[in-house]
Amino acid sequence: MTITLKETDAVVVGVGWTGSILARELTKAGLNVIGLERGSKRMPRENFTIPSVRDDLKYAVRQELVQDTQLETVSLRHSPAETALPIRRLGSFLPGTDLGGAGAHWNGMTWRLLPSDHKLRSHLTERYGKNAIPAEMTIEDFPVSYDELEPYYDKFEKLCGVSGKAGNLRGNIIDGGNVFEGPRQNEYPNPPLNRSMAGAIMDGAARSLGYHPFPCPSGNASETYTNFEGLTLGACEYCGHCERFGCEANAKASPNVCILPALLADPKFELRTYAQVKELVYDKAARKVRAVRYVDTRSGEEYEQPAGIVILGAYVFNNVLLMLTAGIGEPYDYKTGKGAVGKNYCYQVSGNAVTVFFADKEINPFMAAGAHGILIDDFNGDNFDHGGLGFFGGAWIQAGPTNGRPIFTRPVPPGTPRWGREWKLATAKWYNHAFAIGASGCNYAHRENFLDLDPTYRDALGRPLIRMSYNFHDNDHKLADYIGSVLGRLGHAMNPTLMSTPSVQRGDYNVVPYQSTHNTGGTMTGTDPKTSVVNRYLQAWDADNLFVMGASVFPQNASYNPTGVVGALAYYAAEAITTQYLKSPGPLVHT
Amino acid sequence: MADDTTQPIRRRNFLMGAGTALAASLSQPAVAESQTAPVTDAADAEPLLTLTSTEHAFIVAAVDLMIPADELSPSGSQCGVATFIDRQLAGAYGAGARLYRDGPFTKAKPELGYQLALAPREFFRAGIAAANQWSRQTYGKDFDRLAAADRETALKAMEAGKADFAGFASRMFFDALLQIAMEGFFADPIYGGNRDMAAWKMVGYPGLPATYREDIKKYFGKKYDKAPRSIADFS
Repeated sequence: MTITLKETDAVVVGVGWTGSILARELTKAGLNVIGLERGSKRMPRENFTIPSVRDDLKYAVRQELVQDTQLETVSLRHSPAETALPIRRLGSFLPGTDLGGAGAHWNGMTWRLLPSDHKLRSHLTERYGKNAIPAEMTIEDFPVSYDELEPYYDKFEKLCGVSGKAGNLRGNIIDGGNVFEGPRQNEYPNPPLNRSMAGAIMDGAARSLGYHPFPCPSGNASETYTNFEGLTLGACEYCGHCERFGCEANAKASPNVCILPALLADPKFELRTYAQVKELVYDKAARKVRAVRYVDTRSGEEYEQPAGIVILGAYVFNNVLLMLTAGIGEPYDYKTGKGAVGKNYCYQVSGNAVTVFFADKEINPFMAAGAHGILIDDFNGDNFDHGGLGFFGGAWIQAGPTNGRPIFTRPVPPGTPRWGREWKLATAKWYNHAFAIGASGCNYAHRENFLDLDPTYRDALGRPLIRMSYNFHDNDHKLADYIGSVLGRLGHAMNPTLMSTPSVQRGDYNVVPYQSTHNTGGTMTGTDPKTSVVNRYLQAWDADNLFVMGASVFPQNASYNPTGVVGALAYYAAEAITTQYLKSPGPLVHT
Repeated sequence: MADDTTQPIRRRNFLMGAGTALAASLSQPAVAESQTAPVTDAADAEPLLTLTSTEHAFIVAAVDLMIPADELSPSGSQCGVATFIDRQLAGAYGAGARLYRDGPFTKAKPELGYQLALAPREFFRAGIAAANQWSRQTYGKDFDRLAAADRETALKAMEAGKADFAGFASRMFFDALLQIAMEGFFADPIYGGNRDMAAWKMVGYPGLPATYREDIKKYFGKKYDKAPRSIADFS
């Protein structure tokens, strides 16, 4: 039996980055907000302390902070012709759970999109002609331009105390920053992190080739920093336990450090943990979501929480699942191209890397931060001419270890056996003398890459799993080949003792090796209700009191780690709700 | 086949009857050797939680090939890697934590990841049994009882997927075994492996507390030569 609760002004599904931001902005505007979090109340002071926070096996290998696939997962097929099978153990991507979500265990790379990423379809059409984009590449523009989003990028960077160096300050191009970025109104809140040896080698090699190296924009605070919420981040300790770990120094920006202490102290906010949202109660005629139904996972009791406004702040897959199971919007049909819910699921082309070995250099890979590399953007997005290349998009390329934790990080020269005495000799010899140059590539939407409901497999609540139809296609393979050749050039320019052959993403998408937790799409934002799910304010076209946050709104994926964009869009949507929607509840965009 | 007179790896003897029952039924030579003296090295010092003596003997033999004793470190089992594997398989991981186990189960291409119904404990039970069965068919003995050169050849055959296993590919079993052995060798010693931080000393990983705010400047380009510390040192 479902217990119906008293209506509240707003309910937030999932209390990670976006749920925290929206709850904070709505309570500031005077609303009573309930946050429903499926996991526990995880806070750094209790959960992220030395020595246990340095447990490589527990966090990095057994994935302590990651969604439990016994309860929820997704299925995968490489094409609509195949039968999907569940991803039984997470590998390729690692969604978070518990308070703060994946915002507690990310690395902290905090990017803005390039101005051309915001207008991808228009930009490529304008530069390469109206027939340049292949029919199966269903890319679109973000309806919000870079210039419109700039103040909100800025706000999220200030929330997080991002460390970095501007490359374009109000139109002034600055050497040492990312000269390809859009114009920023302000410098980063914190200076760049201290450079690693690998970063210094990368900087020299990139410059020798005429490229433009810059430090990663980093949600790892280089100095102690107090944000506009009055909350203080510590200074990064370069501990090498960032991705997959919580931060013991409170230096990694997370909802738990940057916003939740203020939100939890506000009597207008109520956090309910162990509250797993099962479904949305949709009134199709009125085009409103009336309530959310959730299960208290401690008791199994089911509750219905009515709310004036519903914010979806779950990870990509649960956002899409809740839309599909409620029947909000038209599900995407890859055969006809009609419908938009589940459309344009994208990922990233992350399989490219080259390892360089230096007999005479001490790399000290264990002294590292999560977002600590030196990068180039010379081959990213449309920063280089794609005329005649046969593909669009590119990759950021970086060097600089995130860690030296030896369960995973112990490079050996190509040809070394995987075990035995020879392996031991090589591991001992090269552990402190090698690092990888890696790349993260754009992944542009493809007609046959989408999300829908699995007909066979179910989650612990009895709901269908999200079924991912996904593979790399021609554009991705050509992009990977091209970036592989750049990696080779960079490696040679470093003049290493040895280097591996650049690995290139080939073959079918493989769920086993980690690639990135940068899954996007499925509830894409756009200007047309027929071809998108939410408008520019992330308001559902088919339910005006429903706002969908997170990377599920991306029309396609750029090469960048999405959190910076996700945070900026959350502030942009929050402002639209508090300044427009509350005055006049209804559609904010009329078509 | 190498010289059978090479000293085989000894099994612990306290469960020897149970541990060799299957072997005895399928292969003659294994039985006689079950009367050898108990092993006293560090590998056998820890009581077992879940592995049978046959399984333990297999694991010790395999991890000591993967991580042989030399001037860089003691052997895998001397570093506690078999103990680590026993404890991991006896605990939540072995029971299938964070593993979606709803059916139907279907044979799948490797890019779809692990698709078996078996939780890791059962996977290793089946894998070790298959490996020993293949070893008996090929060499006439369980894997741990082979002469050293044969053991290495057999392990390489598994790695290459050339050992014919019942149920699943030998390469899949080998990869899982190598993975968990490396976890045990390099994980914090609290889990039973990496005894005396031998693996960390081997590579120069300093472990905890990992607070390098000043050291990243001080040791830029220089060897960081401090002795490693582990979780227990801070507990």
